[in-house]
Amino acid sequence: MTPVLDARDLVRIYQGRQGLFARPTPIRAVDGVSLAVHPGETLGIVGESGSGKSTLGRMLLGVDPAQEGEVRFNGCPLPAPKTPEWRALRARMQMVYQDPLAALDRRLTISVQIREPLDVHAFGTPAERDARVHDLMRSVGLRPDQADRYPHELSGGQRQRVVIARALATNPDLLVCDEPVSGLDVSIQAQVVNLLRDLQGGRRLAMVFISHDLKVVRNLCDRVAVMYLGRIVEDGPAERLFANPQHPYTQALISSVPEPGRPLETRVILQGEPPNPAKRPPGCAFHPRCAIATDICRAKAPPLRATAPGQTAACHHVTGAPASQAA
Amino acid sequence: MTLAPPPATETAARNAAHRALRRVTRLPVAVGLSLTWLALMLLCAALADWLRPYDVTQMDLMARLSPPGTPGHWLGTDELGRDVLSRLIQSIRVSLIIAFGATLLSALFGTTLGFLAAQFRGAVEHFVVMLADFQAALPFLIMSLAVLAFFGTSMWLLVALMGFYGWERYARIARGLAISAGAQGYAAAVVQLGATPRRVYLHHILPNVASTLIVSMTLTFPEIILMESGLSFLGLGVQPPESSLGNMVGFGREYLTTAPWIMLAPAVVIMLTTLSISLAGDWLRDKLDPTIR
Repeated sequence: MTPVLDARDLVRIYQGRQGLFARPTPIRAVDGVSLAVHPGETLGIVGESGSGKSTLGRMLLGVDPAQEGEVRFNGCPLPAPKTPEWRALRARMQMVYQDPLAALDRRLTISVQIREPLDVHAFGTPAERDARVHDLMRSVGLRPDQADRYPHELSGGQRQRVVIARALATNPDLLVCDEPVSGLDVSIQAQVVNLLRDLQGGRRLAMVFISHDLKVVRNLCDRVAVMYLGRIVEDGPAERLFANPQHPYTQALISSVPEPGRPLETRVILQGEPPNPAKRPPGCAFHPRCAIATDICRAKAPPLRATAPGQTAACHHVTGAPASQAA
Repeated sequence: MTLAPPPATETAARNAAHRALRRVTRLPVAVGLSLTWLALMLLCAALADWLRPYDVTQMDLMARLSPPGTPGHWLGTDELGRDVLSRLIQSIRVSLIIAFGATLLSALFGTTLGFLAAQFRGAVEHFVVMLADFQAALPFLIMSLAVLAFFGTSMWLLVALMGFYGWERYARIARGLAISAGAQGYAAAVVQLGATPRRVYLHHILPNVASTLIVSMTLTFPEIILMESGLSFLGLGVQPPESSLGNMVGFGREYLTTAPWIMLAPAVVIMLTTLSISLAGDWLRDKLDPTIR
C-alpha cells in the first residue's frame, strides 16, 4: 500500500543570530527526519517545546519547503509553495491549528469560513456548498443556529470544531493537527479528540497529530514518533512504545505521565533543560541529560535501529529486539 | 458626552462602561451632527452651481467690505465687493474635491505598496520601506513647492500631488498588519486553504485592517485641507480667480482686523468639516468591527 505521505531525510535549517554583531549560526530545527503515514492511520509526533515538531508539520504540508530531503504525497513530490499546483493540492491536505481564534478571521461568520475552501477550490454549485457547510457543521457538532455567529462569540472548543470543519470541507486525504487541543480545557480536549477520531474513522483519513501531551497521543494515535532536538529518537506502534519504551528519553517522557497505582518514585526525572539547538552537543544530542550515557554517546550520534518489528530507536545502549519484547 | 477615542491610560472598566453607554444611545448626538454637516458639505459641493447666489468673480463695488447680515450678501462681501457666501460655496467644492481625491489616492497608493511589501518581502519590501522613510523624512511642503513651481498649478496636478501626502503611513500600517496576519494568524490559515494572494488580501486582510486605515484617513483628511490651505496661502495652490477654503483664508488675512468675516467663514468651515470627519470616522470604525458590537 502506498503511503499518503512519505518523507525522507527532511532538513530545515534556520539562521539564528545570537547578538547584534554576532555571525548568524545555523539552527537545525529539523535534522534528517524520515516518516510515512498510511491511509486511515494516525501518526503522533511528541517532543518538548523546540524539538522541531511544528516545523516538521509545516514541512509535511509543504508550507515550509524542505531544504534537503523530499516529501512525497500520494507518490508525487510536493510542488513549490505558493504556486498554482501547490494551491490546488491544498484541497487534499489540510491543517488544524493550536489557536483556533487566531486561525479564524474575526470579521466573518463561521459558516462563511467553513465554506471558504469550497469557494476557493470551486467545489460544486453554490447550493451544494451551502448543503455541505450544513453537513459539516452537524458532523463536528455545531448547531445550525450557530452558522451566523462570529468566532469571538463561540467557546474555545466550538472554535476548534469550526477549524476542523473547515479543514475537512474538501475531504482531504491528510490532516496535520498542530497541538490542536493544547489551548483547550481538559474536558473539552476529550471532546475534540473523540471528534477527530470519529471523523477520521469514517473517512480513511491519514492524520499527523503533533502534541506534547502524551495522554492525548496515547489515546488517539496508531503510531508515535518521539522527537528530540530535530531528530526522531524513537518510533513505533503506540501500544508497544508506551508499554515498552526503548530510548531513555522516551522512558523519561512516559514515566512523567502520572498513572494511578504506580508509585511516583519510579519516575525518571530529567536533569537540565533541552540544549540550545544552535549548540547541539556532539554525539548523541541527549547525552548531557541521559542517565546511562557513556563515552560512545559523547562521540558518535546513534542511528535509528530496529528494536522490535515496526519499532526503531536511536540509542547506542538499545540492542536488537529480544523475542519476548516483540510480542 | 464626548466621542474622542479614550486615552490609553483609561481602565478597562471605564472602557466597557463607555461601550455600554454607546450601545444605549444608538447614534450619538455628536455623530449625528457631524454626519449631517458632512452631508450638507457634499450637497453644497455637488450643487454649487445652483446654490451660489452670485458668480465668484462678480464684483459689487458699491458694497465692498459689507458685514454679514447685509441684505443680498448674508455673509458679507470682501474687499472687491465679491459675495463671501458664493465664494464659500465654490471653495467648499474645490477643497472637498482636493481633500477627498487626495485622501483616497494616498490611501490606495500606500495600502497597495504596503501589501506588495508584505506579500513579496525581500527586495520589494526593502524598496517600499526605503521609499516610505524617504517620504517621511522629506519636508512635503518643499517638495510640493518644487513640483508646482516646475509644472505650474492645475487642479489635477494639485490632487495628484496631495495624493502623495501621508501615503507612507498607510504603507507602514498595511505592511505591518499584513505581515503579522500572515505569520501566525488567519491569513496564514487562508493561504493554507489554497486561496490566491488576491483573495487573501482583498477578502481577509483588507477588511481586517480597514478600521485602522479609516482612522488614518480621518487624520490625513484635515491635514490635506490644511496643506492645500498652506500652499494656496503661498500662492502655489488654487489660483485666483478660482477659490478654495485655504485660498480664502490666505487672502482674508489682510482684513482680519477690519473685516474678519472674510477669513472666519472659511476657517469655520474647515474646522467643522475636519472635526466632523474625525468624529464620523471614529464612529464608523467601531461600527465596522463585529467584535465590539
